[in-house]
Amino acid sequence: MAKLNKPPVTEAGRFNGILTWVDQRFPLVALWKDQMSEYYAPKNFNFWYYFGSLALLVLVIQIVSGIFLTMNYKPSAQDAFASVEYIMRDVPGGWFIRYVHSTGASAFFICVYLHMARGLMYGSYRKPRELIWIFGVMIYLALMGEAFFGYLLPWGQMSYWGAQVIINLFGTIPLIGEPLAIWIRGDYNVADATLNRFFALHVIALPLVLLGLVAAHLMALHEVGSNNPDGVEIYKDIDPASGHPRDGIPMHPYYTIKDIVGVAVFLIVFSVIVFFSPEMGGYFLEANNFIPADPLKTPEHIAPVWYFTPYYAMLRAVPPMFASQFPGVAVMGIAVLIFFAIPWLDRGKVKSIRYRGTKYRVWFTLFVICFLILGYLGVEPTTVWGEIPKGFPLIGGDYSALWVARVLTVIYFLFFLLMPWYTANDNEKPEPARVTF
Amino acid sequence: MKKLLAILLVAPALALANTGGVPVERAPIDLHDKVSLQRGAQIFVNHCLNCHSANVMRYARLKDIGLTEQQIKDNLMLTSDKVGDTMNAAMEKDVAKAAFGVVPPDLSLVGRSRGPDWLYTYFKSFYRDPASKTGWNNLLFPNVAMPHVLWESQGEQGLQVTERKDRNTGDVTHVRKLVLERPGTLSPIAYDIQVRDLVNYLAYMSEPAQADRKLWGILVLFFLAGFFVVVLMLKHEYWKDVR
Repeated sequence: MAKLNKPPVTEAGRFNGILTWVDQRFPLVALWKDQMSEYYAPKNFNFWYYFGSLALLVLVIQIVSGIFLTMNYKPSAQDAFASVEYIMRDVPGGWFIRYVHSTGASAFFICVYLHMARGLMYGSYRKPRELIWIFGVMIYLALMGEAFFGYLLPWGQMSYWGAQVIINLFGTIPLIGEPLAIWIRGDYNVADATLNRFFALHVIALPLVLLGLVAAHLMALHEVGSNNPDGVEIYKDIDPASGHPRDGIPMHPYYTIKDIVGVAVFLIVFSVIVFFSPEMGGYFLEANNFIPADPLKTPEHIAPVWYFTPYYAMLRAVPPMFASQFPGVAVMGIAVLIFFAIPWLDRGKVKSIRYRGTKYRVWFTLFVICFLILGYLGVEPTTVWGEIPKGFPLIGGDYSALWVARVLTVIYFLFFLLMPWYTANDNEKPEPARVTF
Repeated sequence: MKKLLAILLVAPALALANTGGVPVERAPIDLHDKVSLQRGAQIFVNHCLNCHSANVMRYARLKDIGLTEQQIKDNLMLTSDKVGDTMNAAMEKDVAKAAFGVVPPDLSLVGRSRGPDWLYTYFKSFYRDPASKTGWNNLLFPNVAMPHVLWESQGEQGLQVTERKDRNTGDVTHVRKLVLERPGTLSPIAYDIQVRDLVNYLAYMSEPAQADRKLWGILVLFFLAGFFVVVLMLKHEYWKDVR
């Protein structure tokens, strides 16, 4: 609604004139106040609260480095691999752009996983923040797609065969599977057509979706306000004198400056990897991916990049049924999608793990351990822990790692499925009236 | 395609399949040793480039390892005459395929895909094998199509298999060992150095920017350390009044 005769800006010193001109045509001052200088956030944020802003930083890093990569990369089966090496060797600073982008992909998942763990620990998905959580899980899904499409682009052996395997997963869906897989690839095999469309999806489609979702995530957050490590609603306790929450401080300058400290530490760790160990021991850039894609030569050990491996371990753990791999694929899909349901599965009275009872703490710890061990198992071949002794009843002679993964997959799902019960009658402690600071 | 998925998911991957079960030796390479890199480049050009290519490596790039354009032109350019060219193989692909059964792989990135340790061990693991087409076999890469190109330097190794019986279980294991049967022009130590130089060069060639990268890294980290101290002080200044 147009507001005529908006008062002029008086606080900005010599720029008042320009700001007034802009503000009378665009809600600049209102936006700044709503989102930054008068957005009150709880003052007790701890270590875990850095990873939201860091994920945003990585998004920007990926977009900027991606733009420069796109200027030199050629999305064709014939030229893709060589164009990446052209970037590495002939483009000035090209190696830097590429390593920033490849390290950024892993950094993105590290930040997002820690950010999600924070949400689980402090109950940040609970009413009224369900939509923030849902937008967040959608960001996670879009990010997985973005990473998957991007991973094909260097056109190395792992790119090629990784894409081959993942697309074949869609091929296991009953009835529509085969045509669906062909529709995704645009060919009977992963080929030039696949590379071209993955490039389009990676550089424009999914980044747009991601940006939109991130905007929605932040708008929803600033609508209801931030949760905090105590899970106490600071917005219920308003100081009548100032009209602001007693336990809140303005986002700017307090959290902008605090987050920049986080940024500095993050950039130090990030730079150590980019400049001294960009391959990160084969976890960020795999040795096999320095061999050009060869459709006739299947690598001996195909594993996805580390951030997908917990789900990959689940996929391998589920035995084929009715001569179909679909059950494993379904388990893998549900394992991701089940995060959407958390706001409605949790029946606890308190939000934060600080005041939760023993049952939730045990289940949460088990869940984290399961996720980490599954992640490790997904990187390694199934043979990694040898075989169960032949004499063992029923499962003797099977691979140990396979059965460990099976047990862990079950625990992973029980964390979610039993949540309504173990959170409803837990020996919770009462929440304090105000945050601890 | 369904079969591929089944193989990947059900059958275990054999991680050791391509190493022939041989432990790899640590390659004593040093990317700062320019003399070693230059010797490695010479070995590479004289021996490897006959059949293999390095199709993303430009001759001109060798200025990195302390050579002048004239030196590169005079000593290293056997398959091309422009320094801006990439290193192509002397042999045509189909000729090579007819001779060896496979097209020799491009070696630009072999230092990263195989790793220096594997390469170092590989060059030391050739032995005489009358059963193979080329007369050579390799302990690390069994039945490799490539003959022992550096045999004149190393000489000829033979495979010695000894049976070892476990006293307690009675299990018989075969211990395979390579022995030098006919010495080459170089002593074993000098041959190790030659292989080291070659592997050093291959490691350099797989990522020519790596020396640059580490130098920049140090500068960037110094800057970031300063930046961190400044923003940390600024944060404490602002947060003084939060109670």
